[in-house]
Amino acid sequence: MSAGAMRAVKVLVWAACIWPGANLFYNAFWGDLGVNPVETLEHTSGETALVILLCSLAITPVRRLTGWNRLQSLRRLLGLWAFFYALAHLSFYILFDQACLYWADCQLKAVVDDVMKRKFILSGMVAFFAMLPLALTSTKGWIRRLGKRWQTLHRLAYVAGAAGAIHFIWKTKVPETKPYLYGGILLVLLAVRVAYSWRKRRAERGRVSTVKNSRNIAS
Amino acid sequence: MLIKRASDIRSSEITPESVYRSRREFLQTAAAGAIGAYAGASLLADDLWAQAAIVGVKKSPLSTTEEAHTWEQVTQYNNFYEFGTQKSDPARYAGQLKVKPWTVKVDGMVAKPVDYALEDLIKPHQLEERVYRFRCVEAWSAVIPWVGFPLADLIKRVQPQGKAAYVAFTTLQRPVEMPGQRTGSLDWPYVEGLRMDEAMHPLTILATGIFGKELPNQNGAPIRLVVPWKYGFKSIKSIVRISFVEKMPPTSWNIANAAEYGFYSNVNPMVGHPRWSQARETRLGSFVKNKPTLMFNGYADQVAKLYDGMDLKKFY
Repeated sequence: MSAGAMRAVKVLVWAACIWPGANLFYNAFWGDLGVNPVETLEHTSGETALVILLCSLAITPVRRLTGWNRLQSLRRLLGLWAFFYALAHLSFYILFDQACLYWADCQLKAVVDDVMKRKFILSGMVAFFAMLPLALTSTKGWIRRLGKRWQTLHRLAYVAGAAGAIHFIWKTKVPETKPYLYGGILLVLLAVRVAYSWRKRRAERGRVSTVKNSRNIAS
Repeated sequence: MLIKRASDIRSSEITPESVYRSRREFLQTAAAGAIGAYAGASLLADDLWAQAAIVGVKKSPLSTTEEAHTWEQVTQYNNFYEFGTQKSDPARYAGQLKVKPWTVKVDGMVAKPVDYALEDLIKPHQLEERVYRFRCVEAWSAVIPWVGFPLADLIKRVQPQGKAAYVAFTTLQRPVEMPGQRTGSLDWPYVEGLRMDEAMHPLTILATGIFGKELPNQNGAPIRLVVPWKYGFKSIKSIVRISFVEKMPPTSWNIANAAEYGFYSNVNPMVGHPRWSQARETRLGSFVKNKPTLMFNGYADQVAKLYDGMDLKKFY
């Protein structure tokens, strides 16, 4: 993949990530968010966050399959956009659903109760708080400072993806196709990751045993 | 005909003509592709005028004085899983349902079991406008001007036997015209039920219209139940059968998830739901869920006595 092609891909990714938010903003401005505006805001921001997060998790498998190594730089871009929508989603919940837009109506206890009592909300919170440290440590400085630990920490992206998909599945009153579709995509991405690391480990073990064997022969 | 009826509808309840006319002008002058989404709004106004008006409707002292929501809010956002699980699905897909002719079977423990043609079922009854609060279990609410008559009037007419303790209702099952029924989202047909004293209560009505017009398909045409102190899903739509039974009948959401939906499903801010706190609600049109939910949806004075001595945490 050429640098020029990559630049084009980046422009497309930016446009695709801005689009849902810009659309919401435009409709909000014209008072055109539907009969239940808060539901529209919550559903759109939440689903967009999950979709972008799944895209960010798909980058590494796609890169390995295609050998287009330049794609790797999209991971951070997508991850930060996913976090942006998740933050918007959480803010809508706190401001509108929990009525914290008005100080007098904001009840901390009601928020805590809601999170602790309702597994679908708890799973959403888990997803958000799994993404938070990843967003904070996404800078070059932190990547350098954390070294190898950075990679370990950023496996939390899978926790966030899984919690996000479960959040969507648990949210619906009856089983619906879309949440399971996202869950399924996540499982495939996870399976690819596991398969790859197994293969890598086996290859390493193979190399070690070949070394051993050659030593045995030598002695 | 429409113009004659218009005076009966409060102007606040519908989009003022000037607004939708100017909207249409806007539509015509604007680039069609870029704002195609607005076409929905224009169709909506046509919808309202296309719906036949109901004549001879009496006002009722049981109506709330709260301002009703608009035709658009009431007809474009609701649950009717027969047409899909999204709030926009009923408005989108209910057009294909044929509601004429329509028969309602009244059977079970009654003196006069009969298959009523819809017209014969309605004819003897005085239709009233009942402006009721409507509270969905999903914690949104609206104020809706129904047109209907007390279920009690029909019950007296068909004379249930003394042993009949419950009334069971069934929605039409016609997957060809109801795409949601081609999925397994719920067990079809949709069924609901009331205890006899709930069914006989003067607030409980069979509705045939909203805003002085015949019910649009998406709101449960041609005849539906409205029980304003219970969560919306109890108010079963597009009814084809009313049975008088001795035992508590099965109800659809209870079958789907017994831990979340009980038989009674009275609006109760003190009893939370595994998915939603029921303490507050979002009035449609408001941005914030800060309206405190009232016991029995504000109808406690009229209905609380039906549940005297019952543990409402247990009988949710």
